[in-house]
Order: sequence, then C-alpha cells, then structure tokens
Amino acid sequence: MTRYVMVVDLRRCIGCQTCTAACKVANGTPPGVQWRRVLDLETGSYPDVRRTFLPVSCMHCGNPPCLAACPTGATFKHEDGRVGIRYDLCIGCAYCATACPYHQRFRVTRQSFAYGSEPTPEEAYKFDSARLGVSSKCTFCSDRIDLARHTGRVPGVDPEVTPACVNSCIAGALHFGDRDDPTSNVSRLLEQNRHFRMHEELGTDPGVYYLYAEGDRT
Amino acid sequence: MSGAFPTHAALGRQPYWDWRAASNFMLGGSGAGVLVYAAVCGERVLGLLGAALIGAGLLCVWFEIGRPWRALNAYRHSATSWMSREATVAPLLFASALGAAWLDSPALRWLAAALAIAYVYCQARMLNAGRGIPAWRNPRSVPLLVASGLAEGAGLGVLAGGFWGLMAPPLWPMVLLTALLSARALAFWSYRRALPKMAVPGRALRELSRFGRVSGAVDVLAIAVAILATADPRIAPLVAASAVIAAGSGWILKYSLVIRWSYEQPYAVPVTVARGGQVAPGTRPEG
Repeated sequence: MTRYVMVVDLRRCIGCQTCTAACKVANGTPPGVQWRRVLDLETGSYPDVRRTFLPVSCMHCGNPPCLAACPTGATFKHEDGRVGIRYDLCIGCAYCATACPYHQRFRVTRQSFAYGSEPTPEEAYKFDSARLGVSSKCTFCSDRIDLARHTGRVPGVDPEVTPACVNSCIAGALHFGDRDDPTSNVSRLLEQNRHFRMHEELGTDPGVYYLYAEGDRT
Repeated sequence: MSGAFPTHAALGRQPYWDWRAASNFMLGGSGAGVLVYAAVCGERVLGLLGAALIGAGLLCVWFEIGRPWRALNAYRHSATSWMSREATVAPLLFASALGAAWLDSPALRWLAAALAIAYVYCQARMLNAGRGIPAWRNPRSVPLLVASGLAEGAGLGVLAGGFWGLMAPPLWPMVLLTALLSARALAFWSYRRALPKMAVPGRALRELSRFGRVSGAVDVLAIAVAILATADPRIAPLVAASAVIAAGSGWILKYSLVIRWSYEQPYAVPVTVARGGQVAPGTRPEG
C-alpha cells in the first residue's frame, strides 16, 4: 500500500511563507483562500519567549471527518491516502468545513481578484469556475501525484511530481513521501526524529507529521 | 508577517453557517415536535403545520448552499452523512403528514411522528458530527436538540390549538409540555457539565456560562408557569406564556448553539522548539 504524508520539521521552518505563495501560484486560489499557510505562534513570557512557525494545510486524514460529513460523496479518498473533492458533485453546504478540526476547507461564492475588479493574467489563466460555490482545499497537488503514476517518478523525490509547497521550501522544512515505504525519505525522518500530529486525540489519523527533536519516534 | 490572511492562530466562530442554517435547526426541530404533539393529541390538521415548518427550514438551507441547483446530490451519501439522512427522512415525513391530514388516519399520524423523531435525531447528530466545533461535538448536544425540538413543538402545538380553537387545552397536553420543558432543562444542564472535556474555547465557555445563568432562570420560570397552567388549563394567559417560553427559549438556544457558540477548534501543538533545539512546552492559542 501507499500512504502519502507530509513531514514538517519545526526546527527548520523560518516562517517565510514561500510555501504559502507557491501554493497560491500553483493552485490559483482566490484572495482570502490559502490552502497552505504558516502560523506564527508566540508563547511564554519575557524573558522566556518562544516563537514557533507552524505550517498548516489539509491533513489528508486517514479517518477524515469531512468525508463522513459530506452529504454528496464529493469528498473522497484516493487509495494512497489523499483526500480529494469532486467539484461537480459538491453542493457547497460547507458541512465539511464545520467538520474539519483543522480549518482547511474553504468556500467562495463569487469571483474576486487580488488587484481590483480585473484579474491579473495569471488569475485569468488559473480561474476555474467549477470552484465557485463549492468546497475547496489542499489536494497535495494531486495533478502532480497523478502524473507520477504515468511517469514512474517518485513523489517527494522528483520535483515534477512533488507538491509545490515542498519544492519551494527554502529551509528544507517540508518533506513529502510514502509513509508505508520504509526506505522513503519521510519514513526515515519519522524513524529518526520525535514527532507529533495535531489533534490526534480526535481520531482523525492526520497525514501531516511535525518533527520537533532528534530521537526515536514520539 | 501578517498579510491579507492572518498568520496568527486566532480563530473565531465558524463563518459558513449563518441564520439560514440556524433556521433549519429551529424550524425543523419545532416542526418535528409539532408532528409528535399532533400524534399524541390525535389532532388532524396540526401535523401540516409541523411539516410546513420543516419545509421552511429546508428552504432556508437551500438558500444558503453554494450550488442550490445541485441540492438533490445531498441524497447520495446516506451511508455516513447525517445531512443525507436528514434529507432522506424529509420526503417520507411530508408524505405521511399529508396523508395523515388527508385521510385522518391515526396510523399515518403515528408514522409521521416516528419519522419526525428520526428527523430531529438526524439534525442533532448532524450538528454533533461538526467536529471542528467543540461546542457541537459534545455528545450531549444530541439529547439536548431532540428534547428542545419536542418541547418547542409541544409549545407551538398548545399555542396553535388555543389560537385556532381546534382544541381546548386539556390537562395532559400541559403535563406533556411540562415534562418536555423539564427534560430540556435537564439536557442543557448535562450538556454544560460535559463541556470542559470538549476543549471548548474560553470565549464560548464564557458565553455559555452567561447564557446558562439566564436560561436556568427562564427554565425554572417556564416550568413553574407550565405547572400552574397544568393546575388549571383554562387560564389561557398561563398556558400561552408557558407555550411561548417553550418555543422561544428553544429557538434562542439553537441559534446560540449554531451561531454564537460555534468557535472553531483551536490549533494546538503539544511541544514547541526552543532556541538551541531544546523542547519546550506546547501551546494551544485560545483564538
């Protein structure tokens, strides 16, 4: 089996938002919609203050609450663990958005542009009317992963078949690959580092792992 | 660092379901309650009011969804989705309510009542499956919504019966209303007690606490008035007051649950990375 996951090294992320920008360019998301972003968390009190950059996106859960909630079957799971949306089936009820504990569902009902009422050439090129009025989210750049099947290239290793955010990360904080392959980059990282997944207690089996220290597993 | 979209972890209320979605829970629950009340009282026409309320609630939702002309797709996933199940029960309920009124059939009235209970249960589970909202995923929201719907329906039933002169409120409908009001008060108390386990954001807890104090007083008042009205159902103002409170407070409760307390699940990290690679305690921004 294949289970694609993302691994985020919190020790490396510098909060530059390059992944955020790369995602917007690659997927043409409208203003106000960010399938990926980096949270900037400040904790502690002077003089012991910490700042944590926390990249968040759809967790592509193994047990996605959005899938169970969806009344149309528009939300579905690929065999390799990715969670997708069939825009042509979605009715835009946003039930999935309330079911997602990671706030990674978005719905826009009208077209909008970054600069005034006219689209930039890039926005005009990327505009997809099928995404209006329906739910949308990170797909792990599904078109690229699907390309891997036909070309034999390896997601997470070959940039052409790796999510745009991972390719763009300047700090090497983002990694993508097959967790079920013990020789994959993500399996090695998870083996060698302590990590957590967000809101595991909700039973969602999220597919995004956060590394925070060297050492065996969690 | 902040751009057009916040990079801080603060979260607010869910932005997608507004008064139209809340109306579905308010009208749908009340409508189901009216249908149950009509069956218990053997009332022929009242069930139509219940069906109309449910229809109005669904119409509100129809105006909210992003692609209304695809609404029939909502029937495609009843295997797991409580929204699909709600949609599946609705037409059966309409048919049985209409048939009960048309044929004056007690069997169809009870069938409609059973479907109404299924409908309000689907609604309650639907809200409970919204796991991104801690105040919703509290499992005790299910009995709360069911009890509230039945109490609202009984209140509206008593009101409509008195208004139309269809039925002088005899003793036992008032006893039923009193029992349902008590059940709802108990369910809300139980719901609030379970909230601390749900990681409900502080703002929602504070609002719930304020609401709880007022609502507790209203519940006591409503039950006291209903008991007084039970003692002599011919005192119309008492009957009307208990009925209005039963329906009105239920609607306020549901509106608050769907809109006002719908703070999203906060982000959380169990550990943070300190300078030099040391591990430090985590954080759970309140939002």
